[in-house]
Amino acid sequence: MRAFLARHWYAYAMVLPVVVVVGALVLLPLAQGLYFTFTNINEATIANPVLDRPASYEFVGLDNYVNVLTGGESYGAFWSTLGRTLIWTFGCVLAHYAIGLGLALLLNRRMRFRGLYRVLLILPWAVPPFISVFAWRYLFNSQFGIINQALGALGLPTPVWLGQSDLALFSVMVINTWLGVPFMMVTLLGGLQSIPRELYEAAEMDGASAWQRFRDITLPGLRSVSSTVVLLGVIWTFNLFHVIFLSTGQNPHTRILVTYSFERFFSGASRDYAVASTYGVLILSLLLVFVTIYRRAMRRQGEVW
Amino acid sequence: MSVDAAALQTARTGAGAAAPTAARRGRRSRLASVGLHAALVTASFVAVFPIFWVLVTSFKPDARAVSPTPRLVDESSVDNYVDVLSGARGDFLAWFGNSVTIAGLTTLLGVFVSSTTAYAVSRFRFPGRRGLMLTFLVMQMFPFAVLIVPLYNILLALGLQGRSLGLVLVYCTTAVPFCTYMLKGYFDTVPTDIDEAGRVDGLSPFGVFWRLVLPLARPGLAVTAFYSFITAWGEVAFASAFLSAADGSKTLSVGLQVFIQQNRTEWGHLAAASVLVALPAVAVFYLVQRFLVGGLADGAAKG
Repeated sequence: MRAFLARHWYAYAMVLPVVVVVGALVLLPLAQGLYFTFTNINEATIANPVLDRPASYEFVGLDNYVNVLTGGESYGAFWSTLGRTLIWTFGCVLAHYAIGLGLALLLNRRMRFRGLYRVLLILPWAVPPFISVFAWRYLFNSQFGIINQALGALGLPTPVWLGQSDLALFSVMVINTWLGVPFMMVTLLGGLQSIPRELYEAAEMDGASAWQRFRDITLPGLRSVSSTVVLLGVIWTFNLFHVIFLSTGQNPHTRILVTYSFERFFSGASRDYAVASTYGVLILSLLLVFVTIYRRAMRRQGEVW
Repeated sequence: MSVDAAALQTARTGAGAAAPTAARRGRRSRLASVGLHAALVTASFVAVFPIFWVLVTSFKPDARAVSPTPRLVDESSVDNYVDVLSGARGDFLAWFGNSVTIAGLTTLLGVFVSSTTAYAVSRFRFPGRRGLMLTFLVMQMFPFAVLIVPLYNILLALGLQGRSLGLVLVYCTTAVPFCTYMLKGYFDTVPTDIDEAGRVDGLSPFGVFWRLVLPLARPGLAVTAFYSFITAWGEVAFASAFLSAADGSKTLSVGLQVFIQQNRTEWGHLAAASVLVALPAVAVFYLVQRFLVGGLADGAAKG
């Protein structure tokens, strides 16, 4: 034991602060949150130190899970919300990746104004998201938003973009695509620049077309970066609450799992912490299943990480 | 998982290597060149326009901001800014101060803690290393809804509820996992010979880390600082749950939400407040953006 500590003590000393903070502020709350899903805790039954009221919530077994998973409308229509979450997640990540890769390919060339383009294209990442969402709400406004004014001037229909229809889901996906492209672009650009130039030169020497070079050098060269950013993108987008919440509020047409959990947590006087936590645990479980399958698929294709 | 960090890293160093190919590509046809620039100009326009439009609107009176015939300059003045800064619409300066404190502390603490962790993970093969990195990956998946009530209780028990420090710690838990992965990638590229030379010269493991490795990873530190700052600066959910309701203790993100709800029609003022909030973030961004992609070698390549 002494030899063990002598060998590793500085490594442990360096990770200790993180472990303590993570343990206290992530793992402990997670365990407690997990327990809450088996109770009927809400604003009325939680302990309230301000009013000096003890906790009065009770253990209710699997009731919360049964209520949620049977898909009742009053519990957020779980299955259709899950479907919408999947559309939102994969739609956004696909758009992020495709546009990000396209721009990274364009930027990975020598040309004039390259640095300027790069700064401008990363700008959406630098602006705080709630400001960007505000900007888009202003652009999307159905009466005086500049998008509808432009459409109207061209004689095209001027829809209510962020209203009570499925168009709102499309609109928030547009907003989120705009927000998320810079991250993908930056990481993929890094990936592109790490591909050895000799490969391209050799391929060109052998008469490979631009498309062949892209397919046989660029895409394989980007595989490890891509698999990471896509995984992160899916996790982040699945859990992304602020874009939807700030642009449409509590709109059932843009409701995804995370925003519903937040709705239950904050809405009204009841503040149903139990159902909110149940949604949280279901989200976490779904993501864990996804990550396991994803990593297994990657490993089968020879990816090592 | 470390690949994205490695990619960001190569983005920094790879620019020099890009030059020979780029020179060859310089022979592209005129038509292709026009197409390339057209595509990039369009994309840049889409990226910048929403922000630009808020900037334009921020100078207009509220009535002009919702005009059916939008113009670039329409009775524009700095009145909105004066109103917002003078505190006529909520204690803007106090919010600003709170945000600077919280985001600044998060950046300092987050970067420091994740750099020590990343260094340990990068250099030492200690038991629990893999488990730690896996925990960090899983932490990205935690929906905050599970954590928020228990976190509230824990902060209350620690006496940190409603205090800036509590919020700083919570933000660190979201920023540190990503920053650690990123910095590990940077440290991996610093040759271990440097560490060994430092040890031979009598430095402690911490001395090696502090005096040799950390300065070499400065670009990585800049990127992680940017990430931590942006994370803390723009966060809404935790801030609205954990800060007290008193106007003077709000952060900008929370204050602005209230501001938006109370002044739905005052688009000019909202835009001015938004610009003021975005400015520090853009300034920080501008300071680190050369590390973010182009990198040091890029200046030579006329990026």
